Amino acid sequence: MTDTTPLIRIRDLHFRRGERVIFNGVDLDIFPGGITAIMGPSGTGKTTLLQLIGGQLKPTRGTVEVDGQPVHELRRSALYALRRKMGMLFQNGALLTDMNVFENIAYPIREHTELPESMIRTLVLMKLEAVGLRGARALMPNQLSCGMARRVALARGIALDPMIMMYDEPFTGQDPISMGVLVRLIRSLNEAMGLTSIIVSHDIAETCEIADMIYLLAEGRVVAKGSLPELQQHESAWARQFLNGEPDGPVPFHYPAADLAEDLLTMTGT
Amino acid sequence: MTTRAIEIWVGIFVVAGFVALFVLSMQVSNLSSYQGEKGFDITARFDDVSGLKVRSMVTMAGVRIGRVTAIEFDDQALQAVVTMKIDGQHRTLPRDSSANIYTAGLLGEKYIGLEAGGDEASLGPGDQIQLTQDALVLEKLLGQFISRMIDEPAK
Amino acid sequence: MFFDWLQQLGHRGLDIFERIGRAHLLFFAILAGQPGLLSRPRLVIAQLYSVGVLSLLIIVMSGLFVGMVLALQGYNTLVKFGAEESLGTVVALSLVRELGPVVAALLFAGRAGSALTAEIGLMKTTEQLSAMEMMAVDPIRRILAPRFLAGFIAMPLLASIFSAVGVFGGYFVGVGQLGVDAGSYWSQMQANVDIYDDIVNGVIKSLVFGLVVTWIAIFEGHDCTPTSEGVSRATTRTVVHSSLAVLALDFILTALMFGD
Repeated sequence: MTDTTPLIRIRDLHFRRGERVIFNGVDLDIFPGGITAIMGPSGTGKTTLLQLIGGQLKPTRGTVEVDGQPVHELRRSALYALRRKMGMLFQNGALLTDMNVFENIAYPIREHTELPESMIRTLVLMKLEAVGLRGARALMPNQLSCGMARRVALARGIALDPMIMMYDEPFTGQDPISMGVLVRLIRSLNEAMGLTSIIVSHDIAETCEIADMIYLLAEGRVVAKGSLPELQQHESAWARQFLNGEPDGPVPFHYPAADLAEDLLTMTGT
Repeated sequence: MTTRAIEIWVGIFVVAGFVALFVLSMQVSNLSSYQGEKGFDITARFDDVSGLKVRSMVTMAGVRIGRVTAIEFDDQALQAVVTMKIDGQHRTLPRDSSANIYTAGLLGEKYIGLEAGGDEASLGPGDQIQLTQDALVLEKLLGQFISRMIDEPAK
Repeated sequence: MFFDWLQQLGHRGLDIFERIGRAHLLFFAILAGQPGLLSRPRLVIAQLYSVGVLSLLIIVMSGLFVGMVLALQGYNTLVKFGAEESLGTVVALSLVRELGPVVAALLFAGRAGSALTAEIGLMKTTEQLSAMEMMAVDPIRRILAPRFLAGFIAMPLLASIFSAVGVFGGYFVGVGQLGVDAGSYWSQMQANVDIYDDIVNGVIKSLVFGLVVTWIAIFEGHDCTPTSEGVSRATTRTVVHSSLAVLALDFILTALMFGD
């Protein structure tokens, strides 16, 4: 962490989806240059947080500032200008299915620049080389394995050399080899390109391996933050349950229900 | 499918669509017999135009030479004023031609048939036809026929 | 009990208004995206292919058969009155005024509309639309606007092809099989089909149908629940709603155009 002013600053964030409260006063700082992990059990709105940072959703209350600009108050053109500095890796890659790998990566370049074809080709091949898939450039997305699709999507995410790269659950559903590949890629890209990375995940081992800073989210708040050793020392029962993967604790094993004996004695209903 | 093939197919599709529209206009509809705006208007007064419609045919010697463009009612004379547009090339219709409302077939469409007179002068824009004969109304005809039967009992 | 029912009714009502509102906001956003297409005609051409060219076969086949059936049915009725010379008029007017625009629109809803909904719904489900937004590319302008324009252009062309093919289908049966005189088939037709009243009004009808069907299809796709079940429901809704809309609008437009 080279700088002390945060690149992304979230203050008093409230967000609700219909009746459900997703965030209830989240404060979060992401400093330039590092890899920040946002972790928490499924359903705590980690993906929602990325969408709030990207300006796809607007907070119910509070502020989300990226690079000094309040994302949720920006006009469309300013928001789109800001988004060019952000790359995002979606959970299943989200490649455009009607284009091949090459065109997928060329897409953001073609959309936002007037570069000649030869230069686009060079750029795309360099990005593909970085993720090790230069040979797969003619394949269509449906011919790619899950891990390859994610690497192509990663190449597309960095096509415009963004400032911030966001990863939504990059490790879910990967076999150990492609998991290792992705971990190494995220780390090396972050260093090579001077990115600021945000990883949303619940794969503790892989994420902790590369994250400089970890935020634990639960019940709409940040319950713990710090580096891995700091978290392991954390007094919060919640942090311990999550990091150790204990089945029961502050996050209960049982979905809230009536007493078992009582439930069994009731003869009717489902 | 290459971009070129797609573009060719879209080209074929669009051309086919316009050809179809052209066929509908020229072959199916009356566009080919339209003379555009070059025709001229004449009017005629009738006591009864029942069944005649705007766009009904105007013929002479059985050939279509124009169309009815307006049917109005004259409050003073209590008559129907029919405006018809005659195709531009028919400039030599005699001025004293007469207009009759005929029926195509027993129950068919009403149309106006012009019958040539003998005048040297010809009809021009804005002229009015003086001699007219009203539409034949089947009910009236039957009524007359029946009342005559009653008036003149079988001798 | 009664209040529960009333409350539910109110909720339903609000939901319907919300959907109508969203559909119109999307419509205006799509319209706002139309000028941008001028600089990217390729986007529209690609969509004309999937919306128009791929519907061509079903339109031509149906048009042919509908024209043939019209000739057969019309002949059997007309011959009783000795008016089989009017067969051309009957076939052409039925096609140009009603069956061309309506049947083509129904086929279009089933063929192209459902495909549009499924495609857009799938793009939403697989986060492609979100991904475009994050790439600072507006999916309404890049994905929805060209599809809308293509549907709007393709529909009147398809309806014209349908009617034209139908007229020739009627000719094959009427003149070729049933022995109606070819000259009177065409001349009766020409005498009674008006370019403005019939042809132009038919084209206007199909423009309206194209707009509505494409709009419904795009809205359903864009508004679907992003799951495979949601997409399949949206696809069904597209076909049902746009077919109903076409038939209802046909009644209104017919009353306005030919009503006096």
